[in-house]
Amino acid sequence: MTIDRSAFAQLVLANVRSYLRQPEAIFWTYGFPLIMVVGLGLAFNSDTEARLPFIVTQRAASDPIVQKLRADARFDVEVMEQDAALALLRRNRTPVVVSVDASGEVEYFFDPTNPDGTAARAVIDDAVQRAAGRADVVASVDRRTDAPGSRYVDFLVPGLIGMNLMGAGLWGIGFNTVDLRVRNLLKRMVATPMRRGHFLLALVGSRVVFFVPEMFFLLLAAKLLFGVPIAGSYASVLFVALSGAVTFAGIGLLVASRARTIESISGLMNLVMIPMWLCSGIFFSSERFPDAVQPFIQVLPLTQVINALRAVILVGEPLAAQAFPLGILALWCALSYTLAIRVFRWV
Amino acid sequence: MAVTCRQLFKRYETGRAAVDAVNGLDLEVRRGECFGLLGPNGAGKTTTVEILEGLIEPTSGDVEVLGMRWGGGRDHELRQKLGITLQETRLRDKLSVRETLRMFRSFYRDGIEPEAAMALVALEEKADAWISKLSGGQRQRVAVACALIGRPELVFLDEPTTGLDPQARRQLWDVVADIRRAGNTILLTTHYMDEAEKLCDRVAVVDHGRVIALGAPRDLISRLGGEHVIEFSLEPMDQRPVDADVFAAVEGVTQSTEESGRFVLTVSEPHRSIPGCLALLSRENLELKSLTTRHVNLEDVFVNLTGRHLRDD
Ligand SMILES: Nc1ncnc2c1ncn2[C@@H]1O[C@H](COP(=O)(O)OP(=O)(O)O)[C@@H](O)[C@H]1O
Ligand SMILES: [Mg+2]
Repeated sequence: MTIDRSAFAQLVLANVRSYLRQPEAIFWTYGFPLIMVVGLGLAFNSDTEARLPFIVTQRAASDPIVQKLRADARFDVEVMEQDAALALLRRNRTPVVVSVDASGEVEYFFDPTNPDGTAARAVIDDAVQRAAGRADVVASVDRRTDAPGSRYVDFLVPGLIGMNLMGAGLWGIGFNTVDLRVRNLLKRMVATPMRRGHFLLALVGSRVVFFVPEMFFLLLAAKLLFGVPIAGSYASVLFVALSGAVTFAGIGLLVASRARTIESISGLMNLVMIPMWLCSGIFFSSERFPDAVQPFIQVLPLTQVINALRAVILVGEPLAAQAFPLGILALWCALSYTLAIRVFRWV
Repeated sequence: MAVTCRQLFKRYETGRAAVDAVNGLDLEVRRGECFGLLGPNGAGKTTTVEILEGLIEPTSGDVEVLGMRWGGGRDHELRQKLGITLQETRLRDKLSVRETLRMFRSFYRDGIEPEAAMALVALEEKADAWISKLSGGQRQRVAVACALIGRPELVFLDEPTTGLDPQARRQLWDVVADIRRAGNTILLTTHYMDEAEKLCDRVAVVDHGRVIALGAPRDLISRLGGEHVIEFSLEPMDQRPVDADVFAAVEGVTQSTEESGRFVLTVSEPHRSIPGCLALLSRENLELKSLTTRHVNLEDVFVNLTGRHLRDD
């Protein structure tokens, strides 16, 4: 009875029902991110150690030292004629070509301006020298960093959650709003005594509410499949994700506030989302972009959502340490909601 | 008065051209009547009702609805008393009829239950069907049920039967007649003259954004000077053109027009005028190809006023 009479509850129910009754929408929110995590996780998460590939020329293949390299499990050695090998080197298909010249000296062909080439040459030369009997003069020990929490898949999961937050907020709000406008339903609703604020709140609220199970589903899947740990508290993860969901819902509302056709909203969405897809560090750290563009990248909401998610999920930082990312999100919220409500086209 | 509007103007500036969608329209709708705005497409009917509904700002003019004015701080109160169907609304596909009505009910302080609203439009058996599974006529009846759910004092129906098949139109007419009988005030727009004649107590004929005739359908018709129409066409005996005016001399004929070979005579008593016509034809050595009689309708009124038909097709 009370739910029947509450306009806000009825508006939320209408959104929730419309969403749940669209199987394709469920796929894009649950299925697609899961496929990304599994696919990319498997691709970058091999249990065997990475082996360094390089080429040995036919002439050097019978050299006893090169024989030892070929037996070394750290290397993936291919043998071929020198001309063919150098052609592959020029096309960047191998970092180094190893040969032996007429006087019996070991030769390394590589491009010193390519960091991979320089690094590979150093590793191979070290193996060659040791094979010939050189002893280390300084004691050293290797500390491995491929424990759960610091692998690529661990890095990836918060990025995908951020990406999903952005997609769900913008598409979920933006697309639905314009759809209602195209159907003339917005106009029909404001012809009733419905409070406009209830309508907007329900739109954002139902979107945000959906996001919580989505995110925990992804985190759970990542934990079960790849052992991705959650170092921080669930409450802080939830808080960061909700802040992101509310922010992207606001941006979705703003993008949809004037658009009259599905085509124009799709274009606007892409305009807003593509820079963030590219720059905000979903697949690799956003700090790898040049310093000159860093100010631009750091104010993007997705950059800060992902930074904060990585900090709480992977490092276990407390919420208090996320003041900067959360502050940027708060600014986006204030800006997008104020503007969206002011310019929203109801009829 | 349920609605009064005086000297209503609405101009749309579209690029270089300006369109005067409503051009000095006056209107008075009395409480308890079913009032129709009848006019061809583009006459300005939708623009007019959407101004009355408070959805569009007029360029100028004075509008009073149920004794209140839009923008006077009582809009919310006014909306509580109005029921509306827009010319075109596509309700949410994946909600059921009952869920849709329950949502609309929640917007109103006072109103009827979804079940009662479904009964009013005879859709009880579709209560749990999704909107996407309904026919055009059923969807339109859901739209009308949404308009009635807040127990409105005044109901606006914009082109309630456009695009529906004849059976669905008649079902909707029954619904509207029931609303009228329950004592509601109705303002509907239509470009179907039969709909206006059947449903409306009074009709304003609208063309180019202004009212060109106003009155009860019977009165508008009787102003043509006769109740009946004789329509006939002639065998092409020779190529001699026949002027419609020659039939105006026949006893009892008040109007005589010709349009692409069809002669249309307005008469008060067909049994007196037909013999006169036939006599005239045989004198002139003309032979009938067809002849029918019917009652005068609002289409004839519109043609008489504008020289055009209500519908292009
Ligand atoms: N939003 C608009 N912008 C520009 N012209 C419009 C707009 N709405 C209606 N018109 C024009 O105003 C005129 C009246 O339209 P309308 O009120 O819809 O007529 P009706 O409902 O009688 O068919 C038409 O010429 C139409 O093209
Ligand atoms: Mg219209």
